[in-house]
Amino acid sequence: MQTHQAKRVEITIESVMEGRLTKALIGAGVTGFTVLPVLGGSGRSGQWSREGQVSRAGGMVCVVCIIREEKLDDLLDAAFAVVERHIGVVSITDCEVLRAERF
Amino acid sequence: MDGMLALAADNLLSPIILFFALGLLAAFARSDLSIPEAIAKGMSIYLLFAIGFKGGAAVADNGIDGTLIASLIAGVVLSFLIPMVAFALLRVMTGLSVTDAAAVAGHYGSISIVTFVAATSVITSSGLDSEGYMVAVAAVMEAPAILSALWLIARYDKGAAEMEAGLMREILLNGSIVLLVGSFIIGVITGTEGLDLIAPFIVTPFQGVLCLFLLDMGLVAGRGLREARGVLKPGLFLFGMVMPLVGSMFGLATGVLLGLSPGGVVLFMTLSASASYIAVPAAMRVALPEANPSIYLTLSLGVTFPFNLTVGIPLYLAIATLVTGG
Repeated sequence: MQTHQAKRVEITIESVMEGRLTKALIGAGVTGFTVLPVLGGSGRSGQWSREGQVSRAGGMVCVVCIIREEKLDDLLDAAFAVVERHIGVVSITDCEVLRAERF
Repeated sequence: MDGMLALAADNLLSPIILFFALGLLAAFARSDLSIPEAIAKGMSIYLLFAIGFKGGAAVADNGIDGTLIASLIAGVVLSFLIPMVAFALLRVMTGLSVTDAAAVAGHYGSISIVTFVAATSVITSSGLDSEGYMVAVAAVMEAPAILSALWLIARYDKGAAEMEAGLMREILLNGSIVLLVGSFIIGVITGTEGLDLIAPFIVTPFQGVLCLFLLDMGLVAGRGLREARGVLKPGLFLFGMVMPLVGSMFGLATGVLLGLSPGGVVLFMTLSASASYIAVPAAMRVALPEANPSIYLTLSLGVTFPFNLTVGIPLYLAIATLVTGG
């Protein structure tokens, strides 16, 4: 099966910032992304869980995008402008996709 | 004085407060008891809808007067003013930075709608009436405190806060306010006939749903307290209990000056005493990400909310009854 190289960017951020991040991604020409709820985890601020959160203020979401390598810098510039001052993690991994025209 | 204490003790033993205490104890004991997230959200929607609608129907029944307008204006002024007092107290009582103190102060100028609903239930059980438009006062007190917090930052720590263009719109159109105000307006339009139509849904089950919701809030508050024990220095902990008492005195003075009923005074005291844990934390995460969320969430949800439910509301009821002679 023919596969194509791509980049997978995963941004875990406070749910209150989700709309701002996805707007910035669309502005940077990213046409596809997936938003996932995050159940809980642990980080520099300690362990946390989605259970018992009473508002968007406390939860986190994960925004995943798969893009062509040449779009990566624009995406990171746009995302970083939003997430710079906020709690969150941005990671980039190499991946392969089957239908390159979709990215 | 004996009557006042008996009234406070009666309310302390009401089902809603006991269920809240059960939630707190279960969380402290690390029980696996939990209310599914979707059910908790459904219950909060039900409570906002019911309390808004009943308030609107009461206004339709009693008519609109000048006191309503004056109460709304007073609510906005208090929401602007209370964060200034809270900020000054925080700077004296705790070692919080300007940013953290301003963020916490903003929470105390805004309100907790669940505390308001619990207070409404307690005064109804005590046989007191209140002005139906206090629901609208609760709605107008949600947002001004956020502006106060941002002003405090601009004044004492220039450049730390960022007021985005869309933030105020998000705050004013948050789901709780839209549902509360929308139900209130529908209640005003449809009046008591409308209320009679849906009373089996919003009047009879109300207390039971509130008990279950407060059980969940007890679990949330207890877990929050358990996990954030390291954050709560003695000064902060004390502030979480002193500030509602200070705020309630502003509410008492305002309610008495406006000539509200004893129940209305209790509700004004409760609104002024409570601290937000929904609208303001979300706004602060956007506008003031440098502020530590575990401080303001633990204080408002873990200290002030349980304090108001278990000690505050019965106390405000007793004081308002004593002062107004109701």
